[in-house]
Amino acid sequence: MALILDLAVQGAQMLLVLLLAPLLTGLVRKVKAHLLRRQGPPLIQPYRDLVRLLRKEVVLAENASWLFRVIPYLVFAATWVAASLVPTFRTGLLFSWSADLIAIIALLGSARFYLALAGLDVGTSFGGIGSSREVMIASLAEPAMVMIVFTLALIAGSTQLSTMASILISGEVGLRVSLGLALIALIIVAIAENARIPVDNPATHLELTMVHEAMVLEYSGRHLALIDLAASLKLLLYVSLIGCLFAPWGMAAPGTGIAALGIGVISYLGKLAVGGILLAVFETSIAKMRVFRVPEFLGAALMLGLLATLLRFVSGSL
Amino acid sequence: MVLTALTVCAALLAIVPVAIITARSAHGRIIVYGASLAASLALLLIALASLFAPASTATLPLGLPWLGSHFRLDALGAFFLAVVNLGGAAASLYAIGYGAHETAPQRVLPFYPAFLAGMSLVVLADDAFSFLVAWEFMSLSSWALVMAHHRVADNARAGYIYLIMASAGTAALILTFGLLAGPDGGYTFAQMRAAHSDYGAAVLLLALLGAGSKAGLVPLHVWLPLAHPAAPSHVSALMSGVMTKVAVYGFVRIGFDLVGEPVWWWSMVVLALAGITAVMGVLYALMQHDLKRLLAYHTVENIGIIFIGLGLALAFKAYGMPLAAALALTAGLLHVFNHSVFKSLLFFGAGAVLNATGERDMEHLGGLIHRMPQTAFVFLVGCAAISALPPLNGFVSEWLTFQAILLSPQLPSWGLKLIVPAVGALLALSAALAAACFVKAFGVTFLGRARTPAAARAAEADRYSLAAMGFLAALCLVAGIIPGIFMDALAPAVASLVGQRLPTQSGVEWVSIVPIAESRSSYNGLLVFLFVITSGTLAASAIHRFASDRLRRAPPWDCGYPDASPATQYTADSFAQPIRRVFGTVVFRAREHAEMPPPGDTRPARLKVDLRDLVWDTIYAPLAAGVSIAADRLNHLQFLTIRQFLSLVFAALVILLLVLAIWP
Repeated sequence: MALILDLAVQGAQMLLVLLLAPLLTGLVRKVKAHLLRRQGPPLIQPYRDLVRLLRKEVVLAENASWLFRVIPYLVFAATWVAASLVPTFRTGLLFSWSADLIAIIALLGSARFYLALAGLDVGTSFGGIGSSREVMIASLAEPAMVMIVFTLALIAGSTQLSTMASILISGEVGLRVSLGLALIALIIVAIAENARIPVDNPATHLELTMVHEAMVLEYSGRHLALIDLAASLKLLLYVSLIGCLFAPWGMAAPGTGIAALGIGVISYLGKLAVGGILLAVFETSIAKMRVFRVPEFLGAALMLGLLATLLRFVSGSL
Repeated sequence: MVLTALTVCAALLAIVPVAIITARSAHGRIIVYGASLAASLALLLIALASLFAPASTATLPLGLPWLGSHFRLDALGAFFLAVVNLGGAAASLYAIGYGAHETAPQRVLPFYPAFLAGMSLVVLADDAFSFLVAWEFMSLSSWALVMAHHRVADNARAGYIYLIMASAGTAALILTFGLLAGPDGGYTFAQMRAAHSDYGAAVLLLALLGAGSKAGLVPLHVWLPLAHPAAPSHVSALMSGVMTKVAVYGFVRIGFDLVGEPVWWWSMVVLALAGITAVMGVLYALMQHDLKRLLAYHTVENIGIIFIGLGLALAFKAYGMPLAAALALTAGLLHVFNHSVFKSLLFFGAGAVLNATGERDMEHLGGLIHRMPQTAFVFLVGCAAISALPPLNGFVSEWLTFQAILLSPQLPSWGLKLIVPAVGALLALSAALAAACFVKAFGVTFLGRARTPAAARAAEADRYSLAAMGFLAALCLVAGIIPGIFMDALAPAVASLVGQRLPTQSGVEWVSIVPIAESRSSYNGLLVFLFVITSGTLAASAIHRFASDRLRRAPPWDCGYPDASPATQYTADSFAQPIRRVFGTVVFRAREHAEMPPPGDTRPARLKVDLRDLVWDTIYAPLAAGVSIAADRLNHLQFLTIRQFLSLVFAALVILLLVLAIWP
């Protein structure tokens, strides 16, 4: 019985993240539009975009290889699996033990690896510029993320996300300097990983500034739909990750009843809304950086992460 | 067991005369590589059978008359023997096909089985004399293979530098064993183990110098990116994938087994060198546009990762934390195995590309995925594995290394508390840069459009090469999804070195790996693999059920300005430009300057990039200059008269006697 419930929760989580991801993207766009005194597209516009893309035919470049056609599925699958392993409304997910936080980061890393390859496949200069900048950004964002994981793992004594979340919920950790540093670093990494302003602009097609959009420039139709959905999932994953580690309130513990699960879902929706609104406010209030300012921005995250880890190494209470 | 292994090694050596006779004949290649394949498989089976068996020893009446030659096959030796011969078997299979294109088979075939035998003998040796003889034999036979194409301009220089570095490394090892043997000259490993040398620190540093120069630790790596690519590709694979592991074996044997109990600060030296090696290696690799040289530099990075595991294990062992030491050592040794698999695979792929196009320079390749789809697929698997992407094997060993780092706050020493997080950051940085490096390697070589006619005409590799590469690619996946079996296979070796083993992994449900405890960390490659496959298939079937499956081929979009010339694609150099700008300006003093011809001049404008190799410029160049000045000065000694020579000898004798008299 418990196993069936666990399985149901895990399945519900997989579906939930898939269904909510475009909504979060829509929310961010809507709030940004409001802040700019525009009406903006309706909240469900991302769903409509996906449906429209799925209905359209794929226009494939003449020299695109088989790899180019496989990569959207790989990217989507890796991102979806990663997003389903981050606790959202309940800790102790059934398959949480199969991949810890390091493995989740590595799954996102593989999605990026394949997407960067797709950027090079057709052999256009825009694809190349996107890929080369993406790997440059990742070469700093990933180690920063690993240092954040180190900090959290040393506090919780585990790299399992579910265990980390339950320990952080229990309140025995309290406020710590290293946690604060890790939070700032994680936010910087999340902004860079999701190609948001000030690192990249998801709305732009101003060629010389784009990174993510340049990589996927040759994609169309159902392939583009999958990649867009994967990008939305990744944004949702990072908001959920920040929520489950730094605002773990309301998450249901394993073995609790339907009421607790309901509270968990509602609080999760609340966290997503707050995260989306904060992101929109932040993006509106800041200008995009030149591409070679980004390493300094991410270098700051790496140093904060390293500092937080060092603090954990030298003192148990910081 | 050890006698059987020695017999097979002797059989390998017996192939050498056969190779000399048959080298020029049409079947020489098949005979030599076929026999080497059989011998390697036999040694592999012996090694696998000895993994869990008690150590077996043998003494042969060879070598020094009062010493004899001692050989021993224990768990550690068996593991490395398996790694050596797995690589040897794959390389032999590959070479049956690849060797058909060899222009000078008589320069390759005789040395190839000798090289294989040399590597196996190093891991079997049980006294200093046999170890050093086998080590030198391995160095010299591989040197001969590097010099196979000695008329190519750079190869002579590569061989020369390799020879110097190999000699220096062996000299350091001779001193290491001299110190270990002590004044009584106990040259067998058993005597050394019992003796507990008083000069442990000096022994470890010399071993780091001797084995590290063969393995390619920065700053001793300079020969490696020159020599490895110069050899024929199957030998490059052996040198990069296997011979560097024999060097790691040398370090593990001395540092964990012979020298006795370690002192904590030794691990600081190892960790600092290893962290620098990992990052420097991958940064060097990113700057290359020669595919084989890129792979060779990347070996340097992986040696760094292996030594991070070994350094952590030394630290834990010094503080009496055997379980943590077992985890760190397992991580390091597992990476030894993993790296030997995917680096051989990648060198085979580079060799297939070289055969098909005659090019090693990535700037002249491109679009090979269309012409060589199977090679491209297996090369992609290798790239993903070496970039530590789940669910392949590279990720498992890096994950274990990270887990070992997470245990290190318990170390009491402040020095280690400060250096371990920094090493962790360097490891994370090198992992991320490795992914960038292999996006570049695969993307520029196999994707995009062909940059030269040679690349456009390339043909798929032969079936032996494909079989060897396919086997290694499958092994990358298998070792990634059921790593528990491989960790268990390492357990006896680890237990013999640090006194404890990790919990048995094969009994854990769903073939997860749980190094310490499940609440702490666990990883299941099989489930991650199944999840990704299932969700990918789900997505694909949903899309083919509900979405449009129309598809139209059209010219590339490229924001409306597609350019027909393949020269407008991103090249290897331009791909690495952002990273060169971020890291290279510090590490390589990278400077870009544009050369603009004056108005009216029709020359093209050029962008020049200056990269300086600081290790070479600050260490080796002054050293070489010093040697050359000293040689100039000493040149006078050649022109003395016989009387002056005799007085020189007499003076030297007097001085030496004086020193002996004054010495307490």
